[in-house]
Amino acid sequence: MAVSIERVSKTYGTRTGEIFAVDDVSLTIKDGEFVALLGPSGCGKSTLMLMMAGLVARSVGRIAIGSTTVTRPYTDLGIVFQEANLLDWRTVLKNLMLQIEIRGLPPAQYEARARELLKMVGLDGYEQKYPFELSGGMQQRVSICRALVHEPPLLLMDEPFGALDALTRDQLNMDLQDLWMDKPKTVIFVTHSISEAVFLSDRIIVMTPRPGKIAADIKVDLPRPRTMAMRETPEFGAYTKQIRAMFEDWGVLRTERTPAQKLGAVA
Amino acid sequence: MTAEAVSVPAQPVRRKFTLPNWAYPTIAVILLVVIWDVSIRIFDVKAFILPTPQQVGYALWRDWNQLGPGMLYTIYEILAGFAIAVVVGISLAIAIVSSHIMEKTVYPILVGSQVIPKVAIAPLFVMWFGFGITPKILVAFLIAFFPMVISTAIGLRSVEIPKLYLARSMGASTLQVFFKIRLPHALPSIFAGLKLAITAAVIGAIVGEFIGADQGIGRVLLIANGNLKTDTLFAGIVLLSITGVVLFLIVEVLERVAVRWHVSQRVKYDTAH
Ligand SMILES: Nc1ncnc2c1ncn2[C@@H]1O[C@H](COP(=O)(O)OP(=O)(O)O)[C@@H](O)[C@H]1O
Ligand SMILES: [Mg+2]
Repeated sequence: MAVSIERVSKTYGTRTGEIFAVDDVSLTIKDGEFVALLGPSGCGKSTLMLMMAGLVARSVGRIAIGSTTVTRPYTDLGIVFQEANLLDWRTVLKNLMLQIEIRGLPPAQYEARARELLKMVGLDGYEQKYPFELSGGMQQRVSICRALVHEPPLLLMDEPFGALDALTRDQLNMDLQDLWMDKPKTVIFVTHSISEAVFLSDRIIVMTPRPGKIAADIKVDLPRPRTMAMRETPEFGAYTKQIRAMFEDWGVLRTERTPAQKLGAVA
Repeated sequence: MTAEAVSVPAQPVRRKFTLPNWAYPTIAVILLVVIWDVSIRIFDVKAFILPTPQQVGYALWRDWNQLGPGMLYTIYEILAGFAIAVVVGISLAIAIVSSHIMEKTVYPILVGSQVIPKVAIAPLFVMWFGFGITPKILVAFLIAFFPMVISTAIGLRSVEIPKLYLARSMGASTLQVFFKIRLPHALPSIFAGLKLAITAAVIGAIVGEFIGADQGIGRVLLIANGNLKTDTLFAGIVLLSITGVVLFLIVEVLERVAVRWHVSQRVKYDTAH
């Protein structure tokens, strides 16, 4: 599903004044593209994603998904947030089936799909478990399956692996790539991790600190399927280096050690 | 290196000494009764001041034809007041949570109404509705419904925003959001409210009976008090306490069945081992 964003800005009105979150963003995402929205914390990535989903109203501009202008919650998609947001009172399988129940889709047919998805992320045998019986990584896998069970043409992910430990994060990066290659669909993947963005995406949209503007639009020309070992290659390093340089320029990433760190090193 | 070569002396496993959960309060109560009995013997307390446990037990048996039916009647008042409190409380909470106008109107009135001591309005109810069952149910309801509203409203409101986003992106209607997300999410809170409410309803019914009653355990207590029948008075209090505990436990059992998945229940199960 193609997504087009035309001159979109967002200002939040709060009690303490206005917050200018997104500044004049224009962007066209092709059908089937895996796009990362990469930027420092608080730069408006989540806001931009929520505006695409029609969950947050934009202040100006136009957003269209396919041929539909987004004016209210857009439903032909799946969303994954940083927290798994599973319903504690439902089993793993029932959590996936919520998607099907609410949409009024035929349960028998989609239950098979749900089981298949769980198997793909290594959770077969966990269908009848409750969320509290699962680790954080497992919960997030379930939440990804929930976002895919109705086979949407568009997947929005807001720092989905941000709360996980490094190993689990790597594993889920691989799983996500598999899922995406199994059934290609447009993915918009919000992250503040440079290497994660390079590893996963066809294209990286780098955003400036708040108010978020597009600073760079980088095409990632690495062969698929990508492997963890590829992260040590010079090609991979060239991409991360290029993006890290921008972050350093903005001062959101320090290259010099702070005086305190130097003192600590002496002592 | 072979497995035998690295054998480390096994650390002695320390078993923590535990009893079944019900045993702890039971032992505590038995201890209290023993202390009660022994103190009366040591300090030679007169029976009309403080009867022995045996005397209270005897009074319970002797006056059962007044205590039993009285208690039954009061249980009826408690349950009626509680039921109305639950229905009204949950409905009001839903109204408060779903409408800003309702919240701004109802909430301050609700809080204000709690400042009025129920004991002070109870005589008014007796004037309006007589000595029958209505004023007792009303007082029980009035005390019980406040914790019900507050707990339910807190529960309904505490749903995380991303969960609501997810529901809306699935195309959920307001009703679907309520029944599939808000209500089950609020259940642990609602049960906290139910436990407060059932305890409050017991107090409410007795307060109502003390103001003026022709039936119920409160009336039996008042008459026993007037006749200096301390043993009967104690028997009534014991009966009332048991009733309160049993009603509370019934709500707890329901809670365990309904919200097995919640943190509060999990902790209980874990420490039970
Ligand atoms: N609902 C809101 N109300 C007011 N300000 C908000 C709201 N959501 C986000 N913001 C502000 O907008 C800016 C961008 O937020 P966000 O889109 O969450 O950034 P990111 O996802 O890139 O970290 C931040 O300064 C944040 O504090
Ligand atoms: Mg964010």
